Amino acid sequence: MFDTTLSLTDVIFLAKGAGITILVTAISVVIGTVLGILFGIIRVQLGAVLAAPLTFFLDIFRSVPLLIQLVLANAFMGMVLQLQLSGFFVACMVLSLYTAAYCAEIVRGGIDAVPKTTRRAARSLGMSWGQDMRHIVLPLATRVALPSWIGLALGVMKDSALVYVVQVTELLKSTQILITRLQEPLFLLLICGAFYFIISFPLARFGGYLEKRWSND
Amino acid sequence: MFDYTFQWKQVLARLPKMLDGAMVTMEVAVLSMLIGIVLAIVLTVMRRSGSRPLAAFATTWVEVARNTPALFQIYMAHFGIASFGIHFSPFTSLLIGITFNNAGYLAENFRGALKAIPETQTRAGRSLGMTSSQSFRFIILPQMLRIAFLPMTNQMVWAILMTSLGVTVGMNTDLYGVTQDLNALTFRTFELFAIAGVIFYIITKVITLGARLAAARLFRY
Repeated sequence: MFDTTLSLTDVIFLAKGAGITILVTAISVVIGTVLGILFGIIRVQLGAVLAAPLTFFLDIFRSVPLLIQLVLANAFMGMVLQLQLSGFFVACMVLSLYTAAYCAEIVRGGIDAVPKTTRRAARSLGMSWGQDMRHIVLPLATRVALPSWIGLALGVMKDSALVYVVQVTELLKSTQILITRLQEPLFLLLICGAFYFIISFPLARFGGYLEKRWSND
Repeated sequence: MFDYTFQWKQVLARLPKMLDGAMVTMEVAVLSMLIGIVLAIVLTVMRRSGSRPLAAFATTWVEVARNTPALFQIYMAHFGIASFGIHFSPFTSLLIGITFNNAGYLAENFRGALKAIPETQTRAGRSLGMTSSQSFRFIILPQMLRIAFLPMTNQMVWAILMTSLGVTVGMNTDLYGVTQDLNALTFRTFELFAIAGVIFYIITKVITLGARLAAARLFRY
């Protein structure tokens, strides 16, 4: 089994794929988180009724397969609007919105977890809305939201495996290209799986540890 | 700029085919969920069994399922297992991949749910003369499934969304596969996938709402 024809060039090819996976994930998580925090705060501030259109819009990203979102965005940008965008750009755009949709939910949950009385106390002490958000809500909500956010970021990394559909050669796609050439599916897939696992597992454990440590009891 | 004309009529004519695909999608998701729940219960029992090899096996399963992409798991079921000379049909590969994933996530949900059930209940069962398997089956298990009902609904939605990955192993009877094939015939990519997206959206909404109604009825007390 370890009698492989995998050459150094192939390893570099795989490493490039891994680099793309990490790059797409990093860009999408950063943009998605900023948007998600924004959307989450807007949803809480507006209340359920006024925020309904936003809620509906974000819900779409969580109810339609990512594969379809990518194909649709690609077709819309390319065929309908006739824009010449790279697959990488479309992938980052869709994944950012996808991340934002989940992140908004996490942010909302975090803000809701701060007791209303605590916030009222802050306001009656003369704090402005911004001060209340920064000094009261932010630290308390982070305790609730951060573990879920780590889970989300890892989820996005795993879901980024789907961007092959817009012609982005990330780790799993590079693996598949090599499989076609070398005909050693098990060995190559194990390398690829190990890569995801090595990144995801420690961070997931860390998230679990934070969740346990920060839970209010 | 907008010299693209939408051709919904032509695409809507293919709707019956896509709905057939949606049925296959549902079939895969429901099967993977049912088998997944049973496997997850087995994994949960293994992790609680106190036997080190069993617990290690179950933990490995759960961690691999949770820390690698679902697409990787489906590839593994299709191309990975094929190196041992066992060749599955796309349907089977997809089912194995999603079930593996479901079982892992559900087992973790079940573990969380078990934490909410006081240890004293098992002891109460035992002191009433139940065997340990009886007290698990009749006292712990029903409560566990009840607490984990919401995460199970989420997992069901995930299972539906994951069926779209079957296309990568050559599945062409599910909703995504059918859409892909129609796309190859007609090149109305945007219209076709928009409709597929709407069907997926409706399916997931029906599941979420149905589960909420069922929960209201099942868990009245």
